[in-house]
Amino acid sequence: MKTAAGADSLLILVPAFNEEEAVGRVVHEVREVVPDVPILVVDDCSWDGTAAVGRAAGADVMTLPHHLGLGGAVQAGYRLAFELGYQYVIRVDGDGQHDPAGLPDILAALKTSGCEMVIGSRFLGGRSYPTGLVRGLGIRIFRLVLRPILGQRVWDPTSGFVGVTRAALEVFSRSFPLEYPEIEALVVLQRRAFRFREVPCRFRPRLAGRSTITALKSMYYILHVLLGVFVNVLKYEGRRRRKRP
Amino acid sequence: MSSLLNFMTGLSLALIVLVLISVRRAHIRVEYSVSWLGAAVTLLVLSRFRWLLEKLAGALGIADPPLALLLVVGCVFLLVLFRISIVVSELKDANIALAQRVAILEFHLRALDEKAPTPR
Repeated sequence: MKTAAGADSLLILVPAFNEEEAVGRVVHEVREVVPDVPILVVDDCSWDGTAAVGRAAGADVMTLPHHLGLGGAVQAGYRLAFELGYQYVIRVDGDGQHDPAGLPDILAALKTSGCEMVIGSRFLGGRSYPTGLVRGLGIRIFRLVLRPILGQRVWDPTSGFVGVTRAALEVFSRSFPLEYPEIEALVVLQRRAFRFREVPCRFRPRLAGRSTITALKSMYYILHVLLGVFVNVLKYEGRRRRKRP
Repeated sequence: MSSLLNFMTGLSLALIVLVLISVRRAHIRVEYSVSWLGAAVTLLVLSRFRWLLEKLAGALGIADPPLALLLVVGCVFLLVLFRISIVVSELKDANIALAQRVAILEFHLRALDEKAPTPR
């Protein structure tokens, strides 16, 4: 992967942890949709062949020296992309749940909407997508909590199919939530007066393996994220107050 | 009451000795030993000077001085644990930043290796 050139430089970021069965297909599918765009697989210290499969599929692979979790892996990719000068980064998860057919829509929205973040949404406009009971409940709770904080409705706050501009990349390369990052990242951006919008995207079941998120973990997830949201609100409000003369 | 105070004295002395040995063997850094030594000395003083403990219990409105001692012990160790949580959080942040930097540098090194001509 070379240093980005031009005002339209795009990087596809694929965080992956033990996804050797899916990551190769993800890279091929992305390549079919956006043929000349560099793809970076961030291997979160997998113990299977994720890194080798990603390289064999033609992606650049950055391997973390130890397991950092999703947020740490995504932030590592954002840091590299920012240092290499990329203008846009779109995240596509290595488990294959994000249909790369949505990439052109996300990129077009990033370029034309003036928003710093564009979310590929499963639920935009009231569309449905099968989720577990607890997870579905969590999404509804997050929508309710986030609406007054963000000042606008967000249909799919837990979507990881997200594109960001260089302005957001700069913020995230310095400060990014480490566990369950999607929702907190929205608050981080909002506190800096950045904007986001959603575009409809198709999600699929995982290409291989099974999710490690159980009902119990989903409940922990809800509590953890709610706490993280409020901490972020307090943190940045505090800084703003201190800056006032 | 006196047996409880004697037990507390023994416990605080053991803690002081343990911390000093750990510092000497470099198992614990000096800056982190200060919290534990402070906690142990507080315990030692309160358990040896009964008038001080009774005064403290009176100030706290607790009729039973040993109960005041247990309350102080709990608070002191809570503070020490809180400080350790802050240290662990800072270490985790530093560790994540380091791991990401190592990964980025390895990525650049690999790219350079692939570009470099193969030595004959």
